[in-house]
Amino acid sequence: MNEHKTLTRTEVSVGDKLPAADIDITTGLVVCGALATRDFEPVHHSKAAAQAVGLPDVFMNILTSQGLMTRFATDWSGPEAIVKSVDLRLGAPNVPGMVMTVSGEVTTLDEDSGLVELAVIGENNIWGMHMQGTVQLTLPKES
Amino acid sequence: MTTDEQKAIESEIYAFVGQQVYPPTPAADDVNDAMIRQWAEIMGDTNPAYLDKDWAASSSREGTIAPPAMMYVWGQEGFQVTKGRAPNAMSNLVSTFDSYGYTGVLGTNVKQEYFKEVSPGDNITIEMIIDNISERKATGRGTGYFFETLSTFTDQHGEKIGTQRFKVLKFIPQEQPATAAPEGKLDVPSRIASPRGHDNKWWWEACDNGKVLIQRCDNCGALRHPPRPMCGECNSMEWDSIESTLDGEVLSHTEIHHPKIPGYQYPLVCAVIKLAEGTNLVANIVGCSPSEVQIGMKVKGVVEQIDEKTMLPQFYPAQSGRNP
Repeated sequence: MNEHKTLTRTEVSVGDKLPAADIDITTGLVVCGALATRDFEPVHHSKAAAQAVGLPDVFMNILTSQGLMTRFATDWSGPEAIVKSVDLRLGAPNVPGMVMTVSGEVTTLDEDSGLVELAVIGENNIWGMHMQGTVQLTLPKES
Repeated sequence: MTTDEQKAIESEIYAFVGQQVYPPTPAADDVNDAMIRQWAEIMGDTNPAYLDKDWAASSSREGTIAPPAMMYVWGQEGFQVTKGRAPNAMSNLVSTFDSYGYTGVLGTNVKQEYFKEVSPGDNITIEMIIDNISERKATGRGTGYFFETLSTFTDQHGEKIGTQRFKVLKFIPQEQPATAAPEGKLDVPSRIASPRGHDNKWWWEACDNGKVLIQRCDNCGALRHPPRPMCGECNSMEWDSIESTLDGEVLSHTEIHHPKIPGYQYPLVCAVIKLAEGTNLVANIVGCSPSEVQIGMKVKGVVEQIDEKTMLPQFYPAQSGRNP
């Protein structure tokens, strides 16, 4: 169990920053992310379909963004944390060739229940905010 | 849009509130390792709770779980959507919006709440309704309405495992989307272009050539900035200009954090700088951390190329060695 540490509720504080992550937005990630979430809308796998709606290339689907936001949170918390909610606001599209930097911070902590709220933002280097929102997790009392 | 037209569309769209988009529909496949593995590999998610059976057996859950963010995945319709979807309350609502000119569509928010974790072997049922439609709103994209669907997920025991709220803006597009270049090359954004009018174009053109000029009254000699046609001291409209040495002092400053604007480099410090000649100039301070910027700090400006299209004076701490 030691190789997969989970933060306990006494180990985190409001204001703690999560380690930022840079995610390369590749055609592979966009197309395969859409398939892994069974989102077969053509704009996520066909460049021609994406261009027909005014974008330069295929763009990331929402369920992939949601997956990346959750991963970012549990990469920090460790596997015994239980995800309670993911609430995200959508901004500019993620298109291949961009790099999205995800960062986050602990905004609330209830030591009794172990419920932690994280403010998370993913910004790409070309168009800015792609996703912004909150992830709620419960952390265990002790590891 | 006239009041009558607004009444007409609203009487049609609000009738959709509460209608079912999907009746309770069990997923074709149970929660399973193969789909979880594919999802986790592509997301780059190495959480052992999803696939490491040995670790999971010894964890407090005593077994693996599905990634919570896959909740909506299990009931997705599949590849046939590339050939179009069967009409339902949502597509009928969208068509109604389209028929009134609200053809723009933008997913704005998605919120998932999870009440219970699920594991391989569980079967998820989804039910979706149109939960609410907003009043008519003026947004940055155009005038429109937000509608929100509410999906409720239950497992094979009828226990509610979570909900998803998805908010979509349907709007009258203000302009047609630009047609992308055939090669789809990403256009790297530059700074917002300087507004060049009759009274200030000359100032920006000098800036393009690496100079910061200050307007000087021909009659009384008073300096003024920003550029304008008439002297505030003597009302003369005759003027010439002098070149600033760009020696200055910080009068006031702020750091811009949010919202981040594409094309700008962060951290971004904006300051009002009192130039040695006596006029004030708004510019960025670079070459030091934002926390080092202070009122009264001596600075030295350099006109620099900021991006492909932009020349601007930027100010460095006077002792930083970046001075020209």
